[in-house]
Amino acid sequence: MYRYDEFDERFVRERVAQFTDQVARRLDGSLTEDEFKPLRLKNGVYLQLHAYMLRIAVPYGTLNSRQLRQLALIGEKYDRGYGHFTTRQNLQFNWPKLRDVPEILGLLADVEMHCIQTSGNCIRNVTADHFAGVAQDEIEDPRPTAELIRQWSSAHPEFSYLPRKFKIAVTGAEADRAVIKAHDIGLRLRRHPDTHETCYEISVGGGLGRTPMIGKVVRDYLPKKDLLAYLEAIMRVYNLEGRRDNKYKARVKILVHEIGAEEFTRRVEAEFAQLDGPSINADPEEVARIAAYFAPPRYEALPAVSNTLEAAKASNPAFARWVEVNTVPHKVPGYTALTISLKPIGQAPGDATSEQMRRVADLAERYSFDELRVTHAQNLVLPHVRQRDLFAIWQQLGEAGLASANIGLVTDIISCPGLDYCALATARSIPIAQAIQSRFADEARQREIGPLGIKISGCINACGHHHVGHIGILGLEKRGIESYQITLGGDATENAAIGEILGPGLAAEEVPDAIERIVSVYLAARSEGESFIDNVRRIGLSPFKAAFQETTRAAA
Amino acid sequence: MPLLDRNGSAEDRWTRSEGAAIGNIPAAIVPWEVLAAALDAQEPEQVIGVILPNSVPFSALEPFLPRLALVAIAFPAYSDGRGFSLARQIRRAGFAGEIRASGPLIADQFAYALSCGFDTIELPEASAARQPVPQWLRARDTFSATYQRGYSESGRNVLDQRRAARAAAPIAAE
Repeated sequence: MYRYDEFDERFVRERVAQFTDQVARRLDGSLTEDEFKPLRLKNGVYLQLHAYMLRIAVPYGTLNSRQLRQLALIGEKYDRGYGHFTTRQNLQFNWPKLRDVPEILGLLADVEMHCIQTSGNCIRNVTADHFAGVAQDEIEDPRPTAELIRQWSSAHPEFSYLPRKFKIAVTGAEADRAVIKAHDIGLRLRRHPDTHETCYEISVGGGLGRTPMIGKVVRDYLPKKDLLAYLEAIMRVYNLEGRRDNKYKARVKILVHEIGAEEFTRRVEAEFAQLDGPSINADPEEVARIAAYFAPPRYEALPAVSNTLEAAKASNPAFARWVEVNTVPHKVPGYTALTISLKPIGQAPGDATSEQMRRVADLAERYSFDELRVTHAQNLVLPHVRQRDLFAIWQQLGEAGLASANIGLVTDIISCPGLDYCALATARSIPIAQAIQSRFADEARQREIGPLGIKISGCINACGHHHVGHIGILGLEKRGIESYQITLGGDATENAAIGEILGPGLAAEEVPDAIERIVSVYLAARSEGESFIDNVRRIGLSPFKAAFQETTRAAA
Repeated sequence: MPLLDRNGSAEDRWTRSEGAAIGNIPAAIVPWEVLAAALDAQEPEQVIGVILPNSVPFSALEPFLPRLALVAIAFPAYSDGRGFSLARQIRRAGFAGEIRASGPLIADQFAYALSCGFDTIELPEASAARQPVPQWLRARDTFSATYQRGYSESGRNVLDQRRAARAAAPIAAE
């Protein structure tokens, strides 16, 4: 993975000093609270319901064991012994004290980490496919691109006071695991059909929140060397023309929607044509320098099938089920990419204790070339595991309460922190997730239902990605009472779709029943091997709506 | 209003004129709405600048640039970053006069403004009173180098510094 050179190191240290100075200038009155707010946000410091929250950047979700151990230490020393992994592959601490923040930033800098631009109206921490470098369907590793963008977007002189936040995601695979179509810019590495060179397909204007939109393709094939100049053109058009009169209409998706994708593309291309690419883009040596850090680790030559693994599976059905659900095939024979579930039944989705972080760090160091990933679904990945080591890993994860076999299943719920923590929330999210998990706790039943993504947001801002959940749950407040709106048919992959509302809002305690009824319709109507989302697409919303109305009638 | 250039406090040789009647003001800044009329009345020894709302597209300003000695871009709020992009477009067109940011900027934006092509910052009294000049100079020097090519004076960006280091030590790059 990427390592800082002297320039990166100095930049992050200077940033810590800058924030320390900003805090001092706030305290002595040089800066008003209004002026200080965006400065602290650009360092990931939010004021939440009960305390400050600190959001730490995990660029494109990649960590090493030393970094994860440092996060464990910070959680223990400055928080309450746990952290929360987010849908943007970051980590949040919910209880740090403002006066400790500069010290925490220093500890992060010690392990080449920071909180830069994890909030605020700027280009946010860039995200990528969590199976980057190991997925079998990958055309090119997205991480060098993501790292280049991380550097280019850091403290950008022109694009640090945008109309609104700006999120960029990158994938290099055929299957989209980075939700690129729900980002302000989504980049997909693909081969040009004639030249066979890898290029970028560029989508702009995706986003969730109160006006969900699927990104529109503005360039089918952008040569790789032109990336930074093209991004500069997009950002300049947005910075100049994005709406600033209404924060709810300020995202680039609204600009693209209002002037149309074609006109937006025309303006970007006109700006791009004015730019002198060679004076803006990274030169090939720089791109190669970054890419070299992501060279594959020294894999062993192994048989495609591990007899050790097969024997362990045969003698231990629970282990076999976990392997089946939580691993995906790897590019290299004899290896697998393992997802560690942070969704044990009844826990807050995405939470990990410091002790659990240390356990995962140890496993990454011993079994996965010292590397791990954070997924946007709020789980962790050991990307390069020998199949024959899986049983030992499973045992050690089990001791730490991390061996849930539910990746991609109905209990692998994405949830924002909701009203238990968040100042913006209008309803609780975590207790809803927990209630659904308890209802579907039986592992055999989860496997029978198969892949089913439930996503929960505790307010219209949609941090829990509910719009693109196969089943989405949005918590609102109506006349002082929490009310949950259920949507169906959303999709976060390359078939991106926004879910449709099934009917009137439900009370919190009615939600598990409603999910149960939706699942029953699917189980009764599915054909052989048909997944939930495929079934919804085939039979349409009506049967689900009918069943849903029974829930509301039963409750009335 | 207090004025800063990259070295600190600066003298303002410009005078603001409310309308197009610039009389014998030697260096007059006029509102965008009356710019054409003011240029019509320009005397040979007179220099003219404009105070430009940040909602005006560069294409509307461009025809006037050859006759302007100053463009002051309005910042209605420090959080409204349109001026940074406008300054870039004006510099790209080869404008060699002064570009001024006019509004309640904060010291933390000083380096960004200079990098985007601004020469001076014109502050409301209240902003200037809270943020003394040394704060601006310290903020200007926060980063030894940033990551974007083509913004600051040459050599102050990381990518070109890496390139220079590679050229100086080709073997160490192994």
